[in-house]
Amino acid sequence: MFLGRVVGTVWATRKDEKLDGLIFQIVKKVDDQLQLKPEFAIAVDSVGAGSGELVLCASGSSARMTEVTENRPVDTVIMAIVDEVDFAQS
Amino acid sequence: MKIARVIGRVWATRKLPDLEGLKFIILQPMEMKNNTAAGDWIVAADTQYAGNGDLVYYVTSKEASFPFSRSHTALDAAVVGHVDRIDL
Repeated sequence: MFLGRVVGTVWATRKDEKLDGLIFQIVKKVDDQLQLKPEFAIAVDSVGAGSGELVLCASGSSARMTEVTENRPVDTVIMAIVDEVDFAQS
Repeated sequence: MKIARVIGRVWATRKLPDLEGLKFIILQPMEMKNNTAAGDWIVAADTQYAGNGDLVYYVTSKEASFPFSRSHTALDAAVVGHVDRIDL
């Protein structure tokens, strides 16, 4: 999974009917200092994450293993909202 | 599967119901030799009681959901064992 921050939402009315009812969030990846990196993904929200929240996202076919994304053409899903991150001192 | 060192932990209370009780750790993929990093870190589910500094092996993609019997486990990386020794 990757760590990212919700920075926005994508609205799309014309889409595959299998994507009806889904919320698309723009998630920007973060580095080990939790600073935003340039890379981002559009992820379907399955846990109700709000703008600015730090989230965990699963990609690939695993993204279809939630009730909202089952059998839908989705490859990235927000599956958890992060409370705390701790990188051990090396 | 790939090899990684455990470099941290992520706590998340609000998550998918079928992920309740799961521990998330931060993995740094490693080269087979020379104890050097191989790419960016990732977050993975852990059922093997891995601690910081441990060398583990992990599985990615949909196979990462296989250690769990619940049906809606959207995970793309999971630790499946500890590395005792590598013979090359």
